[in-house]
Amino acid sequence: MNAVETSLNNHAGRRPEEVAIEVHDLSVAYHKRPVIWGIDFQLPSGKLVGVVGPNGAGKSTLLKAILGLVPPASGWVKIYGQPYHTQRRRVGYVPQRESVDWDFPTNAFDVVLMGRYGHLGLFRRPGKQDREIAWECLRRVGMTDFAQRQISQLSGGQQQRVFLARALAQDADVYFMDEPFAGVDAATEKAILELLSTLRDQGKTVVVVHHDLQTVLQYFDWVILLNMRLVACGPTREVFTAENLQQTYGGRLTVLADAAHTVSIS
Amino acid sequence: MWNMWYDPNFRWVLAGSVLLGVAGGAIGAFSLLRKRSLLGDVLAHAALPGVCVAFLLAGSKEPFPLLAGAAASGLLGVYAVDVITRWSRLKEETALGVVLTVFFGVGVVLLTWIQHSGAGNQSGLDSFLFGQSATLVQKDVAAIGAVAAVLIAALFLFFKEFKLLCFDRGFGEGLGFPMRFIDGLLMSLIVLSVVIGLQAVGVVLMAALLITPGVAARYWTERLDVMLLLSGLFGGFSGAMGTVFSALAPRLPTGPLIVLTATAVFLVSLVAAPRRGLVAKGLRLWSLRRKVARENLLRDVYEAYETELEQPVLADEAILSRGVDFDQLLSGVSSARLQGRSRAARRLMREGLIRIESREGRNVCVLTPKGLEAAWDVVHRHRLWEMFLTHEADLQADHVDRDADTIEHFLTPDLVEALERLLSVHHREPRLLPSVHPLGAHGRKE
Repeated sequence: MNAVETSLNNHAGRRPEEVAIEVHDLSVAYHKRPVIWGIDFQLPSGKLVGVVGPNGAGKSTLLKAILGLVPPASGWVKIYGQPYHTQRRRVGYVPQRESVDWDFPTNAFDVVLMGRYGHLGLFRRPGKQDREIAWECLRRVGMTDFAQRQISQLSGGQQQRVFLARALAQDADVYFMDEPFAGVDAATEKAILELLSTLRDQGKTVVVVHHDLQTVLQYFDWVILLNMRLVACGPTREVFTAENLQQTYGGRLTVLADAAHTVSIS
Repeated sequence: MWNMWYDPNFRWVLAGSVLLGVAGGAIGAFSLLRKRSLLGDVLAHAALPGVCVAFLLAGSKEPFPLLAGAAASGLLGVYAVDVITRWSRLKEETALGVVLTVFFGVGVVLLTWIQHSGAGNQSGLDSFLFGQSATLVQKDVAAIGAVAAVLIAALFLFFKEFKLLCFDRGFGEGLGFPMRFIDGLLMSLIVLSVVIGLQAVGVVLMAALLITPGVAARYWTERLDVMLLLSGLFGGFSGAMGTVFSALAPRLPTGPLIVLTATAVFLVSLVAAPRRGLVAKGLRLWSLRRKVARENLLRDVYEAYETELEQPVLADEAILSRGVDFDQLLSGVSSARLQGRSRAARRLMREGLIRIESREGRNVCVLTPKGLEAAWDVVHRHRLWEMFLTHEADLQADHVDRDADTIEHFLTPDLVEALERLLSVHHREPRLLPSVHPLGAHGRKE
C-alpha cells in the first residue's frame, strides 16, 4: 500500500467523535520558504502517535502550528471536531526544554502547580485540591524528593520530568510533546514511556515528536512520517515501511537499512 | 534633631516616599523578571520632554498635566523602541540606547530653554531631574497613595498571570490566557509607577528604584511571593531612610539619598545573604577545601598502607604501627597544596586519627584505630563513586542525587551492593579493614 492509499483508508469509515485531532492543509512558511506544506491528517483518540522525519523536516513546527504558536500560512486544526482555540483546555503541550527562564524563583512543585492554572482562569488562586493534584503528578514522575528544589538545580532528565508532570496536572485530553525522550537516561525513558502508555490507555491522544527510528515500532501505535510534506500517517505496522521511510529520509540509506531490518523482523 | 517628626510636612513627605518606594520596588521586581528593567530606564528618561511640553502648553506647574505629559512621552519612547527594533536592523539594546539618549537630550534642551525664558525661572521643572519629594503636600500624597494602592492590588490580583508571563509565556498562551493583554498590563503598571516615582527620585535615578530593591530581594529567597514582598519592603525602607537622612542634613537632596539607601541594602544583600551572598559562598568554598584536603590526606595515608598488602586483612596494632613515610606524603603534592595538607595533618593529629613519629631521622605517619575507621570510610566511599562513574551507563544513573555527600544515602541498597561486587572484581576494594567494624554494618554480607 502506498502512502496515499493508506491515508485514504484511514479517512474512510471513521465516526466523528472518534477523531481527536484533524489537521487540514496546514502550511507554515518562514520568510517565504515553506517549512511544512499542505499537511492533512486525522488522528483517532486513545493512540500514542510518533512523529518522525529527518532534521529540518518541520516536526517541531508542525506541533507549534497545530497549537497556534506559529502562524500558519494556510489550513486549520480541529480538536474533537471543534476549532482548536475553543478547545485549549483539553490540550497539553510539553516543549523542548529551552524556552524557559531557568533562574526564575520557582521550584519543581511550583512549576507543576502552574499546570492547574488553566482550570482556574483569571484572578483565582490555586486551592487545596489543585495542590494535591500537583503533588500526585510529581509523584507519578518520581520527583517528590525534589519538590522544593529550584529548577536550575535539577539535572536535564529531572527538568524534563517536572515539565511532564506539569502537563499531567493540566489533565488534558490531547497531549503534544516535542522530543520528550531526548537527552534522558534509559531509566527515565522507560518511566516516561510507561506514563505515556497509561495516558493512552485512559483514552487520551498523545502525539510525540521522536528522534530515534529504532524504537518507533516498539513505542507507538500510530506514526506520522514527515518531510515538509506528509509522507504517511497511520498505524505503525501498516505505515512504517521501507518504502515510506525511503520517501521520508531520501538518501540516508544506512538509517533505512536498520529501520527496515527492524520492520521486516517483526 | 528629632523635631522633624513633629513637622506635618515631613510626615507627608515620608509617607509619600515610602509609598513610592513600596510600589516601585514591587513592580520593579516583576520588571526585572520580565527583563524589562532597561525599558523602565528609557521610560523615565523619555518622560522629560513630555514634562517640558506639558508645562509650556498648560502654563502652570500643576502636577497632573506634567505627569500626563511625562506618561505620554514616556510611552512614545517605548513605542519608538519597538518600532526601531522591528523595522530596522538595530537590536533592542541599541534601540533602547538611542531612544533614551535622544529623548533625554531633547528634554534637556527644552528644559534649559524654559529656564532661560521669563516664566521658566520659577518653574521648578528641574526637580524632575533628580526628584524633589520635599515639595510633596497632602493632596500629592493622597494621589500617590491611591495609585500605589491600585498598583499593589493589581499585583495581587494578577500574581499568577504575571508569574506565567515572566516564566513561560508560551505555556500561558497554550492554557488560553490572554498573554498579550497581560504583558500590556504589566507594561502599563511599570509606566504608572515610573511616572509617579519621578517626583521622588527624578528622571535620572528612577531606574535605580525599579531595579535595586528587586535585585537585592532576589538574594534572599527562591520564592516569587517572598521576593515580591521583600522588594516592596526594601523599596519602602529606602524611601523612608532617604527621607530621614535628607531631613537630618537639609542641604542633601532626597532622591539621590533614597537611591543610595537602596544601593546600600543591595550591597548588604550581596555580601550577607545566607545562600547566595558572597560571605556564604566563601564559607562554603573554604569548608569544602578543608574537607577535601582532609579526605585526600586520609586516603593517601591509607593507600600507602595498602601498597604492602596483597589481600584484604583485618588491621591489628602491628600492621598499623608500621606507619608510612610522612615526608613522602608531603612531597607528593604541589606547593600550592602543601600548606593545606600540613594544616589537615595537624587537624588529624588533634582529632587523634594519626600520629607523627620520628624514626631514624624520618617522619613516620601512623594511623590510630579511630583513624583507620575514618580512612576506610573515605576510601570506601571514594571507590564506590569511582566505580559508579566508570560504569554509569550500566547502573541506574537515575537514582543518584548530584550533590550527594554520602553515596550510600542516595543509591538504593542493591545498587551499592552491585557497586561493591564490581569493586572486588576489579581488585579495588579497600584492603585494610578496621577490626572494630562488623562487616555487616556497611551492607555487606559476612
